[in-house]
Amino acid sequence: MTTTELATGTPLAGAPPAQVEGETGGPPPRRTRHRMSRTDKRNLVLGLKYISPWLVGIVVFVLYPVGYSIYLSFTRYSGMGTPTWVGLGNYTTAFADPLVTKSAGNTLFYALIAVPLGLVVALVLALAMNQNVREVAWYRTIFYAPSLIPAFAMSFIFIVFLNPQFGAFNQVLNVFGGSNVNLLGDPTGVKIAIVLMAQLAAGNAALIFLAGLRNVPKTVYEAARVDGAGPMRQFRSITLPLLSPVLLFNLITGVSGALQVFTEAYIVTNGTGDPDAGALFYMMYLYKNAFGFAELGYASALAVLLFLAGLTLALLIFWCSRRLVNYDVEAS
Amino acid sequence: MSTMVRTEPPQKHRAAERAADEDQLNRRADGTRRPWYSNVIARVVMIALSAVFLLPLYWMIISALKSDEELAKFPPTFIPESWQLSNFVDAVTAMPFLHFFLNSAIITISVVVFSVVSNFIVAYGFACLKWPGRDLVFYLVIATLFLPFPVTLIPMFDLWARLGLVNTFFPLIIPSMFASAFYVFLLRQFLMQIPKDMLDAARIDGASEWTILWRLVFPTAKPALTTVAIFAAVASWNDFMGPLIYLQDESVQTLSIGLQSFRSVHAQDVSFNLLMAASFLVILPLLILFFVFQRHFIRGITIGGFK
Repeated sequence: MTTTELATGTPLAGAPPAQVEGETGGPPPRRTRHRMSRTDKRNLVLGLKYISPWLVGIVVFVLYPVGYSIYLSFTRYSGMGTPTWVGLGNYTTAFADPLVTKSAGNTLFYALIAVPLGLVVALVLALAMNQNVREVAWYRTIFYAPSLIPAFAMSFIFIVFLNPQFGAFNQVLNVFGGSNVNLLGDPTGVKIAIVLMAQLAAGNAALIFLAGLRNVPKTVYEAARVDGAGPMRQFRSITLPLLSPVLLFNLITGVSGALQVFTEAYIVTNGTGDPDAGALFYMMYLYKNAFGFAELGYASALAVLLFLAGLTLALLIFWCSRRLVNYDVEAS
Repeated sequence: MSTMVRTEPPQKHRAAERAADEDQLNRRADGTRRPWYSNVIARVVMIALSAVFLLPLYWMIISALKSDEELAKFPPTFIPESWQLSNFVDAVTAMPFLHFFLNSAIITISVVVFSVVSNFIVAYGFACLKWPGRDLVFYLVIATLFLPFPVTLIPMFDLWARLGLVNTFFPLIIPSMFASAFYVFLLRQFLMQIPKDMLDAARIDGASEWTILWRLVFPTAKPALTTVAIFAAVASWNDFMGPLIYLQDESVQTLSIGLQSFRSVHAQDVSFNLLMAASFLVILPLLILFFVFQRHFIRGITIGGFK
């Protein structure tokens, strides 16, 4: 095997070939006064070289922007010229801004319904995707397909589907004796519509659940069945506890996603957030301030508040789940 | 069904093999037969669920085929009376569709290539190399998964604007060169399954890590890399906020933002059957991609497992 031809001309060309003698039974590496042996040091350099794209990424695309965002949140800045320091001004404005309260309330309303519902839908889909039937590949494809539909197209579909004059939704209502409603014209209805829209894209979370389900050893179920546990009991006592780490993952990503809900609302309301600011979600208000009113400082303060809220929620969920999450799935 | 143990000799007749498979499916792991109705109930539920999940796609297609008058009819027709295929032609010509399509394709293909390469290299560093502090750094990667990202939006926009790169594809492509936590996590789970002995044997033979990465690990990791490629392709092709912020000129706009701005500019006279036809053309490449790679995709995400 040629060892260097692929390496030449790449940023990793200097990577020394890894030696394994330090780890596998060879003579122990010479102890120097440093804490790290030479092999350790070489391995560290090699490891850091390989993860260097991520290291650069975290500095440029995470640490720098988070820091700069915090700085901007204390300034008034239009995107041109230099930011002017205003201290806590943006934050006091934000706490007194009725639209901040309104949009945060909308987002909270959305999250409180969409996150639990989303977990249930995704779990049901994953259980269906895991059935032992011949055509299961078809079901997997069908359940995942709506996740491939971009939010803008899904929004167009819902606009047609929910149209107050000719939408199929109203026909269904009529069949059950209801009269025509304009869901998208109602401040609460539009939020419900966006919640429902999000459920159709549960395929991604479902796949993650599916991966978890397939890690549960079959023998555990067999043992439970022999002991007389029915399907419900098996689900409650085996599936759910063994799935808890995946559940935690989906819960946190679900909350984080719900706090950032934007695209569907932007398209359904054509960027306005109406009726009556009912679909003005927090991210939409943030977007409007940043790119509509060129209030980048104020928008940064809103972003920092969202960041803190998201971080607090994630930590809170982690903290609350300590006792509930079972990490002993390794048995498989 | 890779988990099933096949006992039949490989030369057995295909039909017989299928019958044996069917038999296997109807048995539990301990060999006892399942009751005949267990699959029937499951199938009824799954077919009902399938109907719900196919409905949006179906509604999109039939709306795309309807004429303006038929679309405005109540009650709506569930099968179009006249199949107006010309809607697709009208949709493509009513807006710079092909131009948007090309822009989307350039961005998506670049993002997929860069994502696969960068995440693969980083995941290799976390899964196949042993170095002090590795696991600690990996926890950091996981932690960034849970960071709410809108906080980076404004500074990044400010940075790209200062570099004069707003209205170019760079703000959407360049970040994919630097790996992302979710993909690294996914790939690492998969790469951890590769036997260490295989890598060590190659190392003893004098192969460099770079060679092992591309010659040995890359072919093995194809299902996981396919998964990353599909995730990245879908995310990039469907991205709305990125293009909304960075691509303001029509000449650089992508399909997602192009269709929406077409709709808001022509708010009065836009017909939704054309928007539906255009939307269908937008998701068609993704649907084809997904159907072709479905097996690898599911395998890539389920084999590594989420722990």
